[in-house]
Amino acid sequence: MKPGRFSYHAPQTVDEALELLSTRDNAKVLAGGQSLMAMLNLRYAMPDDVVDLNGVRGLDDITVTEQDIRFGAMARQRAIERDAAVAQAAPIFRDALGYVGHLQTRNRGTIGGSLCHLDPAAELVALCMLYDATITIAGKEREKHLPMSKFPAFYMTPNVEPDEIVVGFTLPRWHGVHGHGFFEFARRHGDFAVIAAGTLMELDSGGLIRRCAIVIGGAGASPLRLTGAEDMLLGQRPDADALTAAAAIAGEIDAMEDNVYSSDYRRHLARVLTGRALAQAAERAI
Amino acid sequence: MTDTPEIQHDVTVTVNGRPYTAACVARTSLADFLRHELHLTGTHLGCEHGVCGACTVLVDDQAVRGCLMLAVQANGAEVRTIEGLAAEDGRLSALQRAFSDHHAVQCGFCTPGILMTLVEVLRDTPDIDERGIREALSGNLCRCTGYQNIVDAALAAANAIR
Repeated sequence: MKPGRFSYHAPQTVDEALELLSTRDNAKVLAGGQSLMAMLNLRYAMPDDVVDLNGVRGLDDITVTEQDIRFGAMARQRAIERDAAVAQAAPIFRDALGYVGHLQTRNRGTIGGSLCHLDPAAELVALCMLYDATITIAGKEREKHLPMSKFPAFYMTPNVEPDEIVVGFTLPRWHGVHGHGFFEFARRHGDFAVIAAGTLMELDSGGLIRRCAIVIGGAGASPLRLTGAEDMLLGQRPDADALTAAAAIAGEIDAMEDNVYSSDYRRHLARVLTGRALAQAAERAI
Repeated sequence: MTDTPEIQHDVTVTVNGRPYTAACVARTSLADFLRHELHLTGTHLGCEHGVCGACTVLVDDQAVRGCLMLAVQANGAEVRTIEGLAAEDGRLSALQRAFSDHHAVQCGFCTPGILMTLVEVLRDTPDIDERGIREALSGNLCRCTGYQNIVDAALAAANAIR
C-alpha cells in the first residue's frame, strides 16, 4: 500500500525539529524509516506531519571513551556493526546486530529508531537493557536523562513525550576481562526474535564470576533482566551445573503467547538460549 | 484531510550516472519515484513494507529497500538500479552473466533486488562463502523458491570477481 498524505519537514538542527514537534498535533519523527515507513505504507501510522531527522547534523556519532560507549540516536545499525572501537569495547553488538533485520535494513535503520519503536524482541533494545544504558532525550525546555529500566512505558511505547526527541544513548563500559554471549531463535534469519538471550560475564583472577548480566528479549513487552539468576551466579565457578541452574530461572519467567508460540515454548527457548549464551560468555571470559 | 492540492517536492538524483529532476508528493517512496516519475521500471515492488527485498537499490553505494525510503530523502543522492548493471553496449556484468549461466532466474520478479543486494555484498566481501551468501540473501524473497541456483550463481560471480 501507499502512505496517506502528510507534510514533510527536514529540519537541520534538533532545535528546529523540537520547534516543529511542539507546534504540530499529529507529527511523527522519522529516523531510519525501517519501521515507520512500513507502518506508513500499511497506514497503521497516519501522521499529518513527518519530521525527518536524517538532515540533522551530529546525531549519528559513535564515541567510545575509557568510561562509556555513546551512540547518537541516528547512528546507523550498519555503522555500529562495522565500528572497530565498538567491536573492541562491546563485541556483543556485532553478534547481536547480525540478527537485526537484513543488511539493506541495517544500512538505513538507526539505534534511536529501534529503541523508540520498542519492539519487544528488538535486539538493540535488549542490549541497552543489558548495559543499563542511559537515554538522552531532548525537549524544548530541557534535556533529560532516563535510565533504560524507565524507558519503556508499555507495549511498543517509550517514555518519550510527543514533543521530545531521543538524541543519544550512553552505555557504561564493562572493564576487566569479560565475555559475552548472544543467541536468538527466529523462523527466518533477520526476523524479530521469538526469544533472544544476551549475557555479559566477568571473572575474577580465581576464575569465579565477579559480575554477570542476563537479558531476555521477546518474552514480555520489554526485555527482562534476569536479576535472580545474575545474583545466583556471583562468586560461582562458571561450570555446567551453575550455568544450568541459572538458565533454569530463565525457564520460569512470565512469557507472552501469540497465535504461533505458546508461553511454554517461549520459556523453553528462554532456558535453552540463556544456557547457550552463558556458556559462550563463560568461554570468552577466560 | 483537506481539498488543497498536495505539495509537490522537486527531487534531484543521479541514477546510474545520469542526473534527473522530477517532482513528487512527499509520500512517494524512492521505488515508486524511480518507476513512476523516472520510468525506470526495472526496480520492482513486492510487499511495500520492507519484507521481500524486491525493491532493493543502492543509495550512495549502500543497498537499501526502495519502499522504506521517501524519494524526497534521496534528494542529492547517487542511486544505482538494475538498469545500470550492464555496460552501455548491453554486455552483462559478471554478476548478471553468472545468473544467466546458472539459470538463477525463474519468474524474475525478485531478481533486480537480489542482484542489487549482491552488488554490495560482493563488493564488500568478495571472499564470501555459501553460508554468507545465504545469510546476505535472507532479506530477499524468491517465491519461485529458486534459491539453490541463485546461491550457485552468486558464488560463481564471487569467483569471477575475485
